[in-house]
Amino acid sequence: MNDSVHEKLKILADAAKFDVSCSSSGSSRANQAGGIGNAVACGICHSFTEDGRCVSLLKVLMTNHCIYDCAYCINRRSNDRPRATLTVQELTDLTIGFYRRNYIEGLFLSSGVIRNPDYTMERMVLVAKKLRLEERYNGYIHLKAIPGASRDLIREAGIFADRLSVNIEIPTNSELKRLAPEKDHQEIFSPMGFISNSIAENKENRRKLHRVPAFVPAGQSTQLIVGASPESDRQILQLASGLYDVQKLKRVYYSGYQPVNEYDKRLPVLQSAPLVRENRLYQSDWLMRFYKYKADEILPPDEPFLDLEIDPKLAWALRNLHLFPVDVNHADYEMILRIPGVGVQSAQRIIAARKFSNLNYGHLTKIGVVMKRARYFMVNTDLRIPVSGMLPDTLRRQILLADKNKKATQPDTQLKLFSFPEVLPRALPESSVGYKKTGVV
Amino acid sequence: MILLYDHTYEGFLSVVFECYRRKITPFRILPETHYQEALFVRKEFIPTNPEHAERVWNGLTARLTPATRHVPLSAFLSGEPDIEMALYRFMRLAFMAEQPIGDNFADPDVLQVRKSSRRVMQEAMRMVQFARFQLTRDNIYFAPVSPAYDVLPLIMQHFRDRFADQHWLVYDLKRDYGYYFNTAEVEEVSLSQKVFNIADGSVRNDMLEEGEAVYQTMWNDYCRSITIRERLNLRLQKQHMPRRYWKFLPEKSGKNTKYES
Ligand code: SF4
Repeated sequence: MNDSVHEKLKILADAAKFDVSCSSSGSSRANQAGGIGNAVACGICHSFTEDGRCVSLLKVLMTNHCIYDCAYCINRRSNDRPRATLTVQELTDLTIGFYRRNYIEGLFLSSGVIRNPDYTMERMVLVAKKLRLEERYNGYIHLKAIPGASRDLIREAGIFADRLSVNIEIPTNSELKRLAPEKDHQEIFSPMGFISNSIAENKENRRKLHRVPAFVPAGQSTQLIVGASPESDRQILQLASGLYDVQKLKRVYYSGYQPVNEYDKRLPVLQSAPLVRENRLYQSDWLMRFYKYKADEILPPDEPFLDLEIDPKLAWALRNLHLFPVDVNHADYEMILRIPGVGVQSAQRIIAARKFSNLNYGHLTKIGVVMKRARYFMVNTDLRIPVSGMLPDTLRRQILLADKNKKATQPDTQLKLFSFPEVLPRALPESSVGYKKTGVV
Repeated sequence: MILLYDHTYEGFLSVVFECYRRKITPFRILPETHYQEALFVRKEFIPTNPEHAERVWNGLTARLTPATRHVPLSAFLSGEPDIEMALYRFMRLAFMAEQPIGDNFADPDVLQVRKSSRRVMQEAMRMVQFARFQLTRDNIYFAPVSPAYDVLPLIMQHFRDRFADQHWLVYDLKRDYGYYFNTAEVEEVSLSQKVFNIADGSVRNDMLEEGEAVYQTMWNDYCRSITIRERLNLRLQKQHMPRRYWKFLPEKSGKNTKYES
């Protein structure tokens, strides 16, 4: 390791920072004898930057040189910026050096395109291959699949990586063609489809035969840029929902467009990135993945944009007041989950605890339900406020008012969703009395 | 009656065993070091009996779901005042009830035990997140830590699985003991002579492997480079990564300025 690597790392980490995908979760790879590392199912944040984001992976570009000229990208070829390229060996050493010091869960390697997609992809695959085969590294690897790269290379990438992603960036093809004329959706969806088919095929094979190596065990993800082009939230959520259902993607990331390249008149003039909107999209995405909401429920055809003032779950409840109040002592899990103020954990606890006794206000508060909000939407043994009498607008005003009165409200960013997992890695042992040191100081 | 024990988990389980055997209902259960003479209350010291502890442990384990099995030990490790009585009642409930009680959040003892356990597990998780190894000249990766609770026993397996091919030492500065792994076995150690600063675990530069400072600097700069300046949110950073861990983090402690490029 020397100064030049150090300088290159600064340039290439800076260039990669708008790639939002920080999660290292979804893969569980056991360490093999004599090797280093394991990927833990829930992902672990090893640090937090001053903007409050989780640092889990060494997220870096192999190079920020690029032959393309996408309007929304800081690395486009027409920008005059410092450029650098890390070699395969340098990237390997950096990953291992950081990993052994417990700085990171693994590597997230992306890249600008040098020479051509195949040349670029090949070098990225080499890094993963070297890590796995020479360093016997079993930690997490996320590779960006370069659109236009050959299937053979993508297949090889999928053997060494835990996750692959192809970024869509611009939600509609027409807008993409306007901002990045050299690209089109076809070129992006083709490798994406190939990857998802290969994953499905691999799963099938692994069911039948043991010892088939896993292909992209942590699945596929993508990123959408929000606000660089005029698509509505409804369009974005419909697209995301299709990606989850049809392409079986593990995650869709939303990146509020951070104004760069202001000189380019094709881009909107923004003061700052649309963070609240980004947050609402993440919340909606969360609802689709973990609460089984349909994209159409979150935004029906006559509502193109998300309400920035209230979260999408509350917005849905206010549109569907006829389904409330929900009786927490009898309703099924899905419906309890739809009560504003009840999260996944509280809902599970409600189901678990009500087997022992009927739940009242006090129980629910202790369980972690935000009663200030939830009480309008539920009944329990000592709370019977009929919500049906209240009009949606009145209720909305009341809840917003209550939120305002709460002093020092949590800043509302998407980062809340990325707070570190509450469960410990699976690798933690079940407790045993087998060890002696249990004194408490 | 006040029952005293040696402040180990096994000791505590032995107390529970005695209570059942002799049908005692304790008034309090306390580590002997915490006991202050009281005039009118009877007290008794219960010695640790590994066999008894094991029996209580097995009985208890059988009555908890796999997902809640870690709860009694981690709650115990919280060392919180009177966690013993809450745990004792938790166990009685577990032995009496027909179904596993670990999720009965409506019961105040279960709730208290679960909450303590959660705090301890969270601290354990934080160690997994924020422990930082530095490579020393003798090729040992050394991570000084100072957790709020005695959580090292809970996380050894994780480091062992992950860093299976390197020599490492994780050392609890506060409790003055640690675990050393020699690529085959984990060993509990307590160092009588310390070559590191016992306050922040820093090691003299000439004791560190040559490349160590460079890695620390690169990591520090890496964390700076990926920060989006337009979105600074120091409060959120502190919320996820409280200040008390910072002195061990190369990206936060600022001690890596020794490396001059
Ligand atoms: S191909 Fe990627 S790196 Fe190159 S300009 Fe477009 S977005 Fe930027």
